[in-house]
Amino acid sequence: MATQYVGKDANPESVAAIKKNLGLDQPVYEQYWNFVKGLVAGADYRFGPDATHCSAPCFGYSFKSHIEVWPQLEQRIPVSFSLAVGAAVIWVVSGVTIGVISALRKGKPIDRVSMFIALAGVSLPIFFTGQILLALFVYEIPVWDSIDYVPFTENPAEWAWRLMLPWISLAFLFSALYARLTRAGMLETMSEDYIRTARAKGLKETTVVAKHGLRSALTPIVTIFGMDFGTLVGTAVLTETVFSLQGIGAYSVQAIKDNDLPIVMGVTLVAAFFIVFCNLIVDLVYAAIDPRVRYS
Amino acid sequence: MKTRRVTAGVASVLALSLGAAACGGGGDDNDGGGNGKKDAALNSIVNASSKKGGTVTYEHSDVPDSLDGGNTYYGWVQNFSRLYGRTLTTFKPAAGKAGLEVVPDLAESLGKASPDAKTWTYKLRKGVKFQDGTPVTSKDVKYAIERSNFAPEALSNGPTYFKSYLVGGDKYQGPYKDKSPEGIKSIETPDDQTIVFKLKQPFADFDYLATFSQTAPVPRAKDTGAKYVQNIQSTGPYQFQSYEEGRGATLVRNPQWDPKTDPIRKALPDKISIKFKVNPVTVDNNLLSDKITVDAAGTGVQPQTQPKVLRGKYVNQTDSSYAGATQYIALNLKVAPFDNIHCRKAVQWGLDKQSVLDAMGGSPKGDVATTLLPPSVNGYTKFDTYATEGHKGDVAKAKAELKACGKPNGFSTIMTARSDRPAEVAQATAVQASLKKIGINIEIKQFPAGKYFSNFAGVPSYVHKNKLGMLSMAWGADWPTGYGFLDQIINGAAIKPSGGNNLMELDDPKINKALTDAIANTDDAARTKAWGEIDKMVLDNASVVPVIYRKNLLLRPTSATNVTVTQAYLGMYDYLLMGSSK
Repeated sequence: MATQYVGKDANPESVAAIKKNLGLDQPVYEQYWNFVKGLVAGADYRFGPDATHCSAPCFGYSFKSHIEVWPQLEQRIPVSFSLAVGAAVIWVVSGVTIGVISALRKGKPIDRVSMFIALAGVSLPIFFTGQILLALFVYEIPVWDSIDYVPFTENPAEWAWRLMLPWISLAFLFSALYARLTRAGMLETMSEDYIRTARAKGLKETTVVAKHGLRSALTPIVTIFGMDFGTLVGTAVLTETVFSLQGIGAYSVQAIKDNDLPIVMGVTLVAAFFIVFCNLIVDLVYAAIDPRVRYS
Repeated sequence: MKTRRVTAGVASVLALSLGAAACGGGGDDNDGGGNGKKDAALNSIVNASSKKGGTVTYEHSDVPDSLDGGNTYYGWVQNFSRLYGRTLTTFKPAAGKAGLEVVPDLAESLGKASPDAKTWTYKLRKGVKFQDGTPVTSKDVKYAIERSNFAPEALSNGPTYFKSYLVGGDKYQGPYKDKSPEGIKSIETPDDQTIVFKLKQPFADFDYLATFSQTAPVPRAKDTGAKYVQNIQSTGPYQFQSYEEGRGATLVRNPQWDPKTDPIRKALPDKISIKFKVNPVTVDNNLLSDKITVDAAGTGVQPQTQPKVLRGKYVNQTDSSYAGATQYIALNLKVAPFDNIHCRKAVQWGLDKQSVLDAMGGSPKGDVATTLLPPSVNGYTKFDTYATEGHKGDVAKAKAELKACGKPNGFSTIMTARSDRPAEVAQATAVQASLKKIGINIEIKQFPAGKYFSNFAGVPSYVHKNKLGMLSMAWGADWPTGYGFLDQIINGAAIKPSGGNNLMELDDPKINKALTDAIANTDDAARTKAWGEIDKMVLDNASVVPVIYRKNLLLRPTSATNVTVTQAYLGMYDYLLMGSSK
């Protein structure tokens, strides 16, 4: 392992020095213990004239650049999070809307067109749609000058504008899936007896659809949304790569290529955190939309 | 019926979008690259300008090993780091062959060598300061060399030539472990302006070593080891305004840089920005649409962009430069039947090099090679020991050599290629097809590039055991002289138990002696001439089959000014000269 980080002029002494410095000369359980200890208590490292303290949460140092991992992740999490949030808003709103309209107009042209687009969205990979959008709207008809990440706190309008294309290409994939799910759910719900009862009571159609139909059809959507969103924060690798966004997905790909284990560990932990966190949120939202699971 | 129409409509829109994206052309004709024509930057400065201001924007599809001059081996970083680090000597920012000339930078003049070329003395210019106003002294240069060569536990990326050549280099522990104020004793600093290097052996190329970014001064008090990259102390015209690890950096003017101390830098742009990990196709598109000034990697456009720029409106913006590297096949002298010179010569005569080049991508990828030294290296001499018409091989001569080798019907052997290098795999396949005509049957074995030298082709015991007779190889020099190119690949001393680059296992006392004698010769002209003669000796030995001289297909955007290719840095553009009209 150490030979990969010793440069071109590897010799036994320099390999041993690197091995010792990266802690690879210790048993695996000790390396793991040090990693966990670093997360809660920080750790000391020496990659220069003096030892430097890496304060908690210390994810260790990159094997390759010898730079602390956590500050790197801290810089990249907002990029991935912004990408996921914007795309999620677009795909949920558009996906659910298209799904509802399709279900209500089953068999009509609008249903067919919507489902055709949905099918295309599910089938077309991001590296294809992303490249097409870039080619069309950045280079052919330059609506966007560049696609970049501008921090939300710096300029919210620029933040949204410059991330719009990545959002759209990512949302295209997901909204297609959500449209199909919503359509299926709505078709099933709208044929339920209680919908007929609601209509028989003389309720307005919008109330029947929104309050009785959609609310019930939303439960599985929320479940899958929690999973999708949580996973996406750490794994939007293709979108980040196509649009050259420096999020944690692209960062992890580089780390895997470099065999840079501390970064891989860091990204895995952050991604896992988001998945767990989003699932927790989903559980809480369940209670709001489905009275049957309301907590007492 | 309606549904069908709608479907057809959507399909048409999609097809049109794809068509528009695939063509990617159209628009007005444009001469491009300022006043440039195709290949204009190879021998002249295109879009010459003396106008100050503007921002030069770099993009790179990858990340550098480090922007710290003491922790890098990348050619483009060597080129780029001259914007913020002044080395003892550097390459002249000039067009064509003049770009290979070494000129003093931080030093007043080139090194003064002792008659035996073992002691080299440099006098530093007065008035050079770090960005904080502290004067630069010879001790800062010495410290920079110590940290870059002797502290692999923190700075492991750079070459270690100083460690190899300095007296006591094998014993010194480096400044992070050995905290004694005197440091390595073979670098003397008798006063603040003088630095003296004492070498183990005569080394007449020392001025070239002094061009390495490792000689850019580093103040000991501000060195933070691996973290120094976040706080590099500039001595050049630009200093870091921001640096984001793995993402990019912005450089602005260094107010402490005094042009009176620096005769080679014009420092025209006000700002330099560099962005890493940009999708490679996006980098190309940004160059084509003039959104950025230069692709920092300097290795040329992506294969999918090449058709766009090889003809049409962009053609005058391209420069097909030599990349300073030769792609060759090493015939291992310890693996039968290549222990017999006639069998080696049969390959030399029989190989249709033109077909191999075509299979690798044709002329944008390079030219057919007849020598080991590429044309952009000091000492290159044009010759062709195994000349055939159109480089298509000579079956009759090859068969005669096979007969002399005792294998009139040919033989079977194994050829290696790096699996993750498509051009190398294509090369092996084309060689296989070509040599089949003379009865040489080749089995191709592929290995991952990352472990090619450490575990496979660079391990003689593995090569012998697995009878790997023909080994694919590509080599570029660390500095552009015959010695810088040849020593690591043809010197018997470069044969190592693993990780070696002398894949032929060539250990010819005559060649070894010629190398040692030439590098001890302080007469530049005689030394340069010797490299060509040594190249001929290697080709006479027939263990190296040169295939192509690699080329980069560079693209210069219209806004780029003072654009010229520097052969000193692997055929990329000279970043010291480059400006922007934006």
